[in-house]
Amino acid sequence: MASVTAAPEVMVTADGTPLKVSLHRALRRNKIRAFLLVLPLLAFLGFTFLWPIGVMMFRSVENSLVSTVMYRTVPLLAQWDETTGDLPDEAVFEALVQDVTEGFKNRTIGKVGTRLNYEEPGMSSIFRTSPKKFKKITEGPYKEKVIEAHKGWGDVDKWRLIKREGRPFTSSYYLAAIDRKLDNLGSITSQPAERQIYVKLFIRTLWMSALITGLCLLLGFPISFLLATLPTKTSNLLMILVLLPFWTSLLVRTTSWIAILQQHGVINDILVAIGLVSDDARLGMIHNQIGTVVAMTHILLPFMVLPLYSVMKTIPPSYMRAARSLGANPALAFWRVYMPQTVPGIGAGGILVFIIAIGYYITPALVGGTKGTLISNFIDYHMRVSLNWGLAAALGIILLGLILFLYIIYDRVVGIDNMKLG
Amino acid sequence: MALPAYASPLERVWYYSFRTICGLIFFFLIAPIVIIIPLSFNAVPFFTFTPEMLSLDPAGYSLKWYEDFFTNLNWQGAVRNSVIIAFFATILSTALGTVAALGLSRPDMPFKTTIMALLISPMIVPLIISAAGMYFFYTSIGLASTHLGVILAHTALGTPFVVITVTATLVGFDNSLVRAGLMCGATPQRVFFKVIMPLILPGVISGALFAFVTSFDEVVVVLLVGSFEQRTIPWQMFSGIREQISPTILAVATLLVSVSICLLISVEWLRRRGERLRGITAT
Repeated sequence: MASVTAAPEVMVTADGTPLKVSLHRALRRNKIRAFLLVLPLLAFLGFTFLWPIGVMMFRSVENSLVSTVMYRTVPLLAQWDETTGDLPDEAVFEALVQDVTEGFKNRTIGKVGTRLNYEEPGMSSIFRTSPKKFKKITEGPYKEKVIEAHKGWGDVDKWRLIKREGRPFTSSYYLAAIDRKLDNLGSITSQPAERQIYVKLFIRTLWMSALITGLCLLLGFPISFLLATLPTKTSNLLMILVLLPFWTSLLVRTTSWIAILQQHGVINDILVAIGLVSDDARLGMIHNQIGTVVAMTHILLPFMVLPLYSVMKTIPPSYMRAARSLGANPALAFWRVYMPQTVPGIGAGGILVFIIAIGYYITPALVGGTKGTLISNFIDYHMRVSLNWGLAAALGIILLGLILFLYIIYDRVVGIDNMKLG
Repeated sequence: MALPAYASPLERVWYYSFRTICGLIFFFLIAPIVIIIPLSFNAVPFFTFTPEMLSLDPAGYSLKWYEDFFTNLNWQGAVRNSVIIAFFATILSTALGTVAALGLSRPDMPFKTTIMALLISPMIVPLIISAAGMYFFYTSIGLASTHLGVILAHTALGTPFVVITVTATLVGFDNSLVRAGLMCGATPQRVFFKVIMPLILPGVISGALFAFVTSFDEVVVVLLVGSFEQRTIPWQMFSGIREQISPTILAVATLLVSVSICLLISVEWLRRRGERLRGITAT
């Protein structure tokens, strides 16, 4: 056999290159051509979308503020042994006075105070009052004068905190996002009870998303079944009732729920008019969890109906008839024969609705009040109001991780290639 | 599934109660959209039906909220911004998305799944996360609070829809048509415009409509990346609901519902045409 493969007659193309090489080249050329078509969009998304997400990931651990502003103090503190319980030495206090005075001139020291205040309440006020008093300190001994200016500087824990946050990267935003913090000696402990909000918020977000998904399934299943079994003409007509909400602006739908659910809204007016509820006991159905759940169920219902419908459409009605003629009663035939075949649709719609619900922002912000808000509302709050961007980024990345996990499940169950629209 | 003549009484009861339940669910879906239409003709500045309206007294109705919408400079600016931003974002995302879909549908595309996942990601990632990331990055390069920044952001959000719809039309695409065109002596450009384009056009247009709606309806990114100068219709509605509720919002909402009806009709028409062209009959 070896003599056959070693035969000198290698197949060649017209220009003399071996066929194999030529084919390989052609295939590679095709690959490159296909890739070049995708490249513009990939580059565009890389710049406008993927890179920003990367920037946000960096933001969630980045911590250069303290070390940049207090560039004299931080390197000196690195040599200080915080475990002994002694205060840092004289040189550190001298550096502190210089850093704070310079930071005050550049208007950066206040930011350091705010940053450290996230870790320990009270730091901000130390950094606010110190600069004016430090002005009088022109010569040594610095240590006593500094502590005299604000007794907070005599607290070893404050120095431990500055030393820890002087490092270029921090895990404290992530810890804060799961209601933990580093204690003075750097081990992880729980936040004080009144600051424990995020774990509850994540649980509330997951719970409300699950509830909304369940309601969508409950309402979506019957109408998908009806749409799939009706004659095409009728079902196309009824489909408009599903597609019109789908195409209507989110804000329009949220606005109309406000009009319906509010204290002097349609439902309350009707209830009062027919005497079920007295005028001064109107139901509070908005700015709480009920408002969020009802409005979001309405908004996300089409996302459940469309995949369910497309799966149910493919189930031949003869299966049910076969089950019936073999003696099953309608309920059993439905449960044992029809239901199992709709599982892919339930999975697709369920995960889709859950993924959308978990990151929802607009509707909870408008009808959720304080009890019905979700995690994304807090991300927005830290982005635009409290300006704690590190925490906003950390919360965002945790949420993103959660969604990517669900997305992978979705991919396993449905496959992203099978995603259909409209 | 009409009720057969031999159905038992129990089946009859179930049949009608099932229909009633479905009717109620359809009512739940459509009622919130219908209800804002009469409310937008309200004569008083509330979101409620007044006794005059219920007794169909003409004095209870007025067009003043529509008048406010068409004369108020805030709203007019919002309409202009919305149209400009959505227009450019649609053009950009349609062009980029269509070309990428053509590449993705080639049989010899390398790393297809990974690239597809990356291209779809703007649709999966929650808007608040995209918006926060864009805010950090666009602020650092001076794109925040500019029309360009919002257009780029909306383009990124719109492309997955174009990629998905165009890829879907390309599934049934017969590549021998391209080869036939080339063999008949057409240049690749000519083949693209005369052979490929007419066949994928329904997908391209419905993708473009999705991209348009995405931009036209988007508010989170505009809130974070944009500012008052970039206010769009949803931005104006969002801040309007938060600050002072005026039925002008309902008038705008009614106008937007008519826009979405037009969109729905065109998308449905395109879908059926596409199915007809590819030989899949709907009936």
